[in-house]
Amino acid sequence: MLDAARLRADFPLLRQRENGHPLVYLDNAATTQKPQAVLDAITEYYRTTNANVHRGAYDLAIRATEAYEAARAKLAGFVNAWAPEGVVFTRGTTEAINLVAGAYGRAHVRAGDSVVVTAMDHHSNLVPWQILCQEKGATLRMVEITEDGRIDLSDYGRALERRPKIVAFPYVSNALGTVNPAAQLARLAHAVGAVVVVDGAQSTPHLRVDVQALDCDFYALSGHKMLGPMGSGALVAKPELLDAMPPYHGGGEMISRVWDDHSTYNTIPHKFEAGTPNVEGAVGLAAAIAYLEGVGPERIAEHEQALAAAAIERLAQIEGVTVYGPRDHRAGVVSFTYGDIHPHDIATILDQDGICIRAGHHCAQPLMRRLNVPATARASFYLYNGLDDVDVLAGGLVKAGALFGYVPA
Amino acid sequence: MDTSPPDPQLSALYQDLILDHYRRPRNKGTLDDATHAVSLNNPLCGDEIDLQLRVDGDVIKEARFIGRGCSISQAAASMMTQLLKDRSIPQALALADRMSAMMHGDEAAARDKALGELRALAGVSKFPVRVKCALLPWNALTDAIKA
Repeated sequence: MLDAARLRADFPLLRQRENGHPLVYLDNAATTQKPQAVLDAITEYYRTTNANVHRGAYDLAIRATEAYEAARAKLAGFVNAWAPEGVVFTRGTTEAINLVAGAYGRAHVRAGDSVVVTAMDHHSNLVPWQILCQEKGATLRMVEITEDGRIDLSDYGRALERRPKIVAFPYVSNALGTVNPAAQLARLAHAVGAVVVVDGAQSTPHLRVDVQALDCDFYALSGHKMLGPMGSGALVAKPELLDAMPPYHGGGEMISRVWDDHSTYNTIPHKFEAGTPNVEGAVGLAAAIAYLEGVGPERIAEHEQALAAAAIERLAQIEGVTVYGPRDHRAGVVSFTYGDIHPHDIATILDQDGICIRAGHHCAQPLMRRLNVPATARASFYLYNGLDDVDVLAGGLVKAGALFGYVPA
Repeated sequence: MDTSPPDPQLSALYQDLILDHYRRPRNKGTLDDATHAVSLNNPLCGDEIDLQLRVDGDVIKEARFIGRGCSISQAAASMMTQLLKDRSIPQALALADRMSAMMHGDEAAARDKALGELRALAGVSKFPVRVKCALLPWNALTDAIKA
């Protein structure tokens, strides 16, 4: 395992106390804390390099452009993108998926076509497709999950029989932690001619991601879930697909020549980056990637799997706790319920001990309906969490049980 | 492992009376002859309530609810339906105001016997993110009356 206590020292926020207790931050699937190196990169950018990009005739603007494009190259390398121009910076995963639905989807999906999603998709990889299908008169087909929280491969096969135009799924489930067989799912979808969209919000921070090995077509990610700033993220795509797509947002930067009644567009990726981009976000994200590379994505994945396994084992010892999701093929996300104690009550009680967890539907209401629970409590780990955090979590749950009359205090 | 006793604010929040209403909700169900009905949910946390009233003239003769959610929202709904029986509409709206005041820290409201068992929820005011839980059934009530 990683030396979590040593890594924690790199994160200023994690030194603070909450409600009189050391902060135990276990909501990393929602967002992650930022290391000093990321904070420094953002400050340094504004202290020394800030200017608008891609249009300045002066050296400062050239340096700002170089910093922005270097961040793009850094991200391209991190996920083994097809090419740096196949990396479009967005506000995050949500905007990246909306870009695919709004530009590729609108151009290619017609009445009677089908689009496939899964019952474990986050609302951000569901609602854009609902909107597209409603607009086009297309059918949205939701693939079922198995009882232990995996994509039901036989139902997936049935969904593909309709030869969908687009197949979208998460690499890692934000609510269950399931690591899906993304390469296999992509291969099956390609065999029927579909274009494959992977929600990489929960995989990019926690696994070694290689989009070319996955052989998907579009891959969406969020910077803030991988130690980078909020409002940073990207769509990583096959350049030939991006090239053939109509634009998404219109405005400055994305144009080539503008006439009174029409325009020609810039080359990719700029065609999809209308307006002044979030350069600070890109620079911060590049610093976050450098930090993650320093630790090593494989070691991070191994560390989180060990934490999840330890948490599942500890929670299983508490009578009344149910853990959702598969036993193996999972990331550092542990979703659970505890008897009839509502997850919000669990979260309030844990918060008094400085423990931050998520309680609710995790933006996955169709999944919650299938699990037959209104909500779950979710602890999600990252590289700065250690086995000590698992102990504190288990202790907090015992306390919650005592308050609700489960175990003698 | 931390074995210190629970925080006093937490003990005040999760009193036996609240847990009793959470686990044995009063007036849970539906009315065949409802005159008012409303469904309300909190999209952030997913708490849900379907509230039904039978109003005769100006008087709430009966109130029932079906709900899913945390102990605070469900106990608040259970206690509210008890309190509403045989109240006039203006009295019910005045109680809703009183409840809202208590949730926002008004100590006089927290001592107001008119709120009955709901006073057990006074501790919720110390947990700002949970105030919306306690007020969900009351918001359903005002929606139902004004609809």
